[in-house]
Amino acid sequence: MEFEPTIVSFLCNWCSYTGADLAGTSRLKYAHNIRIIRTMCSGRVDPTFVLESFKKGADGILICGCHPGDCHYHEGNYKCLRRYHLLKKYIKQMGIEPERLHLEWISASEGKQFAELVDRFTGSIRELGPSRIKEVVNTLS
Amino acid sequence: MSKENSKPKLKMAVYWGAACGGCCVSVLDVHEKLFDVTANADLVFWPIALDTKYADVEAMEDDYIDITLFNGAVRNSENEHMAKLLRQKTRILVAYGSCAHMGGIPGLGNFSSKEAILKQVYLESSSTINPGPVYPETRHEVKEGVLSLPEFYNDVRTLDQTVDVDYYMPGCPPQTERLLEVFMAIVNGSELPPKGSVIGALDKGQCDECERKKSDNKHIREFKRPFEIEDDGETCFLEQGIICMGPATRGGCGCRCIEGNAPCRGCYGPPDDVPDPGAKMMSAVATMIDSDDPDEIEEIVSQIADPAGTFYRFSLPGSILRRKINTDI
Repeated sequence: MEFEPTIVSFLCNWCSYTGADLAGTSRLKYAHNIRIIRTMCSGRVDPTFVLESFKKGADGILICGCHPGDCHYHEGNYKCLRRYHLLKKYIKQMGIEPERLHLEWISASEGKQFAELVDRFTGSIRELGPSRIKEVVNTLS
Repeated sequence: MSKENSKPKLKMAVYWGAACGGCCVSVLDVHEKLFDVTANADLVFWPIALDTKYADVEAMEDDYIDITLFNGAVRNSENEHMAKLLRQKTRILVAYGSCAHMGGIPGLGNFSSKEAILKQVYLESSSTINPGPVYPETRHEVKEGVLSLPEFYNDVRTLDQTVDVDYYMPGCPPQTERLLEVFMAIVNGSELPPKGSVIGALDKGQCDECERKKSDNKHIREFKRPFEIEDDGETCFLEQGIICMGPATRGGCGCRCIEGNAPCRGCYGPPDDVPDPGAKMMSAVATMIDSDDPDEIEEIVSQIADPAGTFYRFSLPGSILRRKINTDI
């Protein structure tokens, strides 16, 4: 059976979630692997959420926020961007492929871009193969 | 029987797992207050100071010991055996010190694997000549009988990943004054906090206790190491570009490092509502980076040489990811 990745996604309420909503109302088809969690802002995405998702079995994590300059709270997306770069470095040190974590800006009008992004990201995780994080973290050896 | 002896004394044990010995010494640091301790408690097992054998502990009835301070992480089968034995013989088991609490410095072994560590130590280190090659064996037969050694585990574990723990007392080592307070509270029969509580520390964060001058505007354009700045002795370390674990660390240590002009390294572990100290620290430090440009942010982040080792110095085995997932990456 082909490997079906589990993708956890954190979308900001104001741009990206609305963009995903637009993809839906426009009847666009995209990979069903994604599990969307709505947050008020991409700046609300605590690194703890990302690590906890990996621990519980996410093969890939996608964070989406408003384009630079468009944040509803002025600078939440910049905070997310800074955390993202630090987290990438950390997960690489922990022996996790950094490609499993991805950040992208999606505006409320970019339903099509969102659908394409989900397909693209799911494809890249499918190529990378299943994550071993859940198994390793939950088994003392 | 004299009046002084009419109240039964507490029975207390102090044991070390994978530890440096500093926690046991911190108990000795009570100095002359040791008389108050021994007036109220019999130390029934304390390998650093007493010659009680494991067999003596095995011979004790269950719950014979009132309180055990277990320091050190669980690194091998001997540590695990003793943790389980002491759990069985003890009413109140305290994870004493950073190693028992969250894995501590020995916990950094989780960045590597059993195989890699043994290879480095018995084969590759420059002072080693091992043509066999001979590796440690857990069992070896000689004509006089069988020799055995504890099994070295792949993972360093915290005490509560091995046995049920009643209380946690953080610190590397815990401040002796806090130990005395906790001890006297138990002796005086004060009501104990709920099981699973962190004792001998504050609920609030380190920054709340720290007396350095802090402002709301923390803008870091360059992360520096302590020798690269001239510390003025009063401004917040983070505002000077030095990574200080204060924001993600529980208070209660009396800020000894900071008062010695060294940044906090996080030995007291995270406050109650923080599940993962490193994640919280990454969250805090990243937002202080003074740039909105992705390339520039990456450049500033690259100045933090070792985020995993810095943010999880005392807490890797107790953190969410617990160990390096794939040692080949």
